Amino acid sequence: MDAQLKRGLLDVCVLAAIRDDDSYGYKIIKDMKPYLELSESTLYTILKRLESADMLTVHTVEHEGRLRKYYHITATGIRRLDEFRDDWDEILAIYRFITKEDETNDEN
Amino acid sequence: MTKTEFLDELRRRLAGLPQSDLDERLLYFREMIDDRMEDGLTEEEAVSGIGSVDEIVDHIMEEIPLSTLVKENAKRKRSLKTGETVLMVMGTVLCLPLVLAAAAVCLAVYAAIWAVVIGLWSTVVGLAAGAVAGLVVAAGFLVKREPVNALFMLGAAILCAGLAILLFCACVWVTKAPVQLTKKMVLGMKALLMRKGS
Repeated sequence: MDAQLKRGLLDVCVLAAIRDDDSYGYKIIKDMKPYLELSESTLYTILKRLESADMLTVHTVEHEGRLRKYYHITATGIRRLDEFRDDWDEILAIYRFITKEDETNDEN
Repeated sequence: MTKTEFLDELRRRLAGLPQSDLDERLLYFREMIDDRMEDGLTEEEAVSGIGSVDEIVDHIMEEIPLSTLVKENAKRKRSLKTGETVLMVMGTVLCLPLVLAAAAVCLAVYAAIWAVVIGLWSTVVGLAAGAVAGLVVAAGFLVKREPVNALFMLGAAILCAGLAILLFCACVWVTKAPVQLTKKMVLGMKALLMRKGS
């Protein structure tokens, strides 16, 4: 898959993983596992990128005698998810156009 | 590998990163290991599940800009103790000419490689221009009703076009090598700076 496209998709996936509830690193990876494999290093990069783009905020919570970082989606992050849904309709239309071309070629 | 061994190794290998960045990354991986252990994994399983230190370091080296490492390296050099500064100055006086000469040779080789590539591309452009010019001149001869000359020019134009196409394919192949070399050099410099911090 194109690196730029994959990067954009991963960002949206992580935002979707924290949309309903604040979440922490390990839980985000576990929640995403049925859909795509994500390494800890990659997740760190995505979280930092989303944080600097103001799409999420980080807060630390004490848990079982240690500290755990929770990620909270911001209004900008929610807007990004909405934009993605709109983009997706366009992508689907383009996909239909591309596969229609293939079908025409197959018929010939 | 235990959690402490893993984090110590990671700290050692990432010593060239800015301190705050390094601390944040280590806290992140510590939390990941702790969460895996809380989920029922043994310490060893939790550590191996994170991936190898090599993989993590490679990933960070790819994503972190070279400029960040250079800045961090320069910052550390400024905060040397007096004794270290004296040693460094003495070392510099002795080594500087050698280092400069080595750097100049590397730079010259690198520039020469790119010069060859640029030269080859220029030849392609020249041949393509020759082909177009040949066609134009051939058309001119035809207008002047000189078919033999026109045929000769047409032949020359086709020859130029053929050579241009052949050389173009070769150029595409040859250009990839210095691009790969540049990427490797940047990664090599990052690795060097990352280690220098330790």
